[in-house]
Amino acid sequence: MVSSYEAVIGLEVHAQLHTKSKLFCGCATAYGAPPNAHVCPVCLGLPGALPVPNAEAIALAVRAGLALGCDVATSSRFARKNYFYPDLAKGYQISQFELPLNARGALEVELPSGTKRIGITRIHVEEDAAKNLHGVGAGTDTLVDFNRAGTPLIEIVSEPDLRSAEEAEAYLRKLRDILMFTGVNDGNLEEGSFRCDANVSIRPAGDETLGTRTEIKNVNSFRFVRMAIEHEIARQQAVVEAGGEVVQETRTWSESHHKTRSMRTKEDAHDYRYFPDPDLPPLVVAQARIDAIGAALPELPDAKRTRWRAELGLTEYDAQVLSAHPAVARYFDEVASALCAQAGGAARDEVGKRAANFVQAEILGHVEQAGLDARFPVPAAALAELLRLVERDVINGKIAKRVLSEMIESGEGAEAIVEREGLAQVTDAGAIEAAVRAAIDAHPAQVAQYRAGKTAVLGFFVGQVMKATRGAANPKQVNALLRELLGEP
Amino acid sequence: MTADEVRKVARLARLDLGPDEVERMTADLGAILAHMAELDAVDVAGVEPTFHAVPLDAPLREDRVAPSLDRERALAAAPRVEAGAFAVPKVLEADS
Repeated sequence: MVSSYEAVIGLEVHAQLHTKSKLFCGCATAYGAPPNAHVCPVCLGLPGALPVPNAEAIALAVRAGLALGCDVATSSRFARKNYFYPDLAKGYQISQFELPLNARGALEVELPSGTKRIGITRIHVEEDAAKNLHGVGAGTDTLVDFNRAGTPLIEIVSEPDLRSAEEAEAYLRKLRDILMFTGVNDGNLEEGSFRCDANVSIRPAGDETLGTRTEIKNVNSFRFVRMAIEHEIARQQAVVEAGGEVVQETRTWSESHHKTRSMRTKEDAHDYRYFPDPDLPPLVVAQARIDAIGAALPELPDAKRTRWRAELGLTEYDAQVLSAHPAVARYFDEVASALCAQAGGAARDEVGKRAANFVQAEILGHVEQAGLDARFPVPAAALAELLRLVERDVINGKIAKRVLSEMIESGEGAEAIVEREGLAQVTDAGAIEAAVRAAIDAHPAQVAQYRAGKTAVLGFFVGQVMKATRGAANPKQVNALLRELLGEP
Repeated sequence: MTADEVRKVARLARLDLGPDEVERMTADLGAILAHMAELDAVDVAGVEPTFHAVPLDAPLREDRVAPSLDRERALAAAPRVEAGAFAVPKVLEADS
C-alpha cells in the first residue's frame, strides 16, 4: 500500500486559427452555417483536388509559437495521419508529425504556491475533421457535416509537467488568454474553437517513472476539465489500491454523470501510419518573416497587467477584470492613454485608477462580446472626452454618469451634451458658498450634532447642497467649504 | 515480412486479401523491403533529408473566402443524404 500518489498530467489543446477561410481551400470557416454549405472538392477529399496552405493560418501558427516561447522551424512538413472514420473523407488528416512548425516552448503559470514553468513540447498545424451528428436524423444513420472539415487548427502539446487538476485549469486559462490576446484564437469553448484532451496517470509520490496513462477526450469547459481530471485521478487511485492495473485507454467525460467513462475504441485506433504528404512540398517560412511576426507580436496579457499596475496604479484585481477580454483591454488602453497623455507621476496613477473604476462600473455592463470582437456603448475616444471633463472639474462623477446615458442614447459627444443641458458644475465660489450657507441655516439641529463631534453629518450637508444645485456643484469645493463653515464656533 | 504483418497492414488499410494474395504480398513486400535495406547501406551522414521529389517550397494562398460548391452538387454523389448531410451507417464513439 502506497501512502500517497502523485498525478502526472499532460494536455493537448486544439485551437482554431482565427482565419476567414479553411487551411487548404477557400471555403469559409464561419460557424453556424447549414450543414455542408461550406464545402468544396478539397475539403470533401474528392479525387484530384490539391491542398494549398493558407498564408494567414501559417502566420497565426508562427505567432502562437513565438508567444509561447517556441523555436519556429524555417522548414517543416505536412504529414498524413491515416485512419478510417466518417469524420474524414480522404481517409487521412493532414497534420504535422516529424517536423512540426513550433517546438520547445513553455508557459509560466501562476499558482498559489508560486510561478511554475510548464513545458510545451510542440505546436503543429493541422486540419480539423468533419462533424458527426448522431441521433438527429429520422433513421439510425450518422449524419456528416463537412463545414468544419479543413478548418485550420494548431495542436499545442504540453510536457507532462502538470501535477493537479488545478494546475491544468490554470495552464488552460492562461493559454487561452495568450491565444486570444495575440488574435490567434477566439477562445470560444462552446463552439469548439478551443478544445482540450488530457493525458492523466498516477505514480507513487517521489517515483520518477511514469504510470500508465489514460486520455480524456474533448472536455468543453474549464470547470469540467478540472472535474474530469480530479475524477480520473481518484478513479486510477481506487483501481491501484484495489490491486488492479490502470489500462491505457481513451475515456470520455460524461457531463450528466460527472465521471469519465471508457470509450469503445478499436485496438488499432492509434496506429496512424504517418508519412509525409506527397501533395504538399515542405512548408518554408523565412527567418526574416518569423522575425517580423515576432516584432509585431501584440502585448501579452501578463505584460499588459504589469504595465497597468506600474504606470496607471491599477490594483491586480482591476487589471484582471479589465484584461479579461482583449477588446476590453484595448478599449481601456485607448481611454487611459488619451487621458493620461498630459498627466505624469502620481497624478497619472489617480487618473488611471479613476478611468479603471469608471470603465468597470459604467461600461463593462454594456459590452457585447462576440468572439475576439466586442461592441462598446460608446467609442473609447468619446469616453475619454467625457472623463476629461471630470478631470478638469467641468462636471463631477455623478453628472458624468448622466451624460454617459445621454451619449449612449443620442450618440452625441460629452462636451456638446454638457453645453446644451447646462451641466457644467458650479465652481463659482460665491454660488457654492450661498448654497452651503443656506443648507447650514436650514438645519440647525444637524449643525449642533456636527459641532458636538458627530462629523458623519457632513455627508447630509453635502447631499443638501448637491440637491440645491441639482448635482452641479463641485463636490471638492462643497466639502472644503462645509468643513470651514461648520467648523466655525 | 511475415504473413501476419501483411494481414495487419491490410486490415489497417481496410483491404480484404484472400490467402493467396497474402502469400503473394508477403513475397512482394519482402522484396521491396530488401531493396530498401540495400539503400540503407549508403552513407548519407550530413546529407539533408529529401522529403519531396519536387524542389519547391509549398506555395501559399491568401486568406480569402472563395465560393464553395453548391450543396446539391456536393451531395449529388452520396449514396444517402439526410437533412443536408451525408448519411452513413451509424458509428458510435462512446459507450452509452
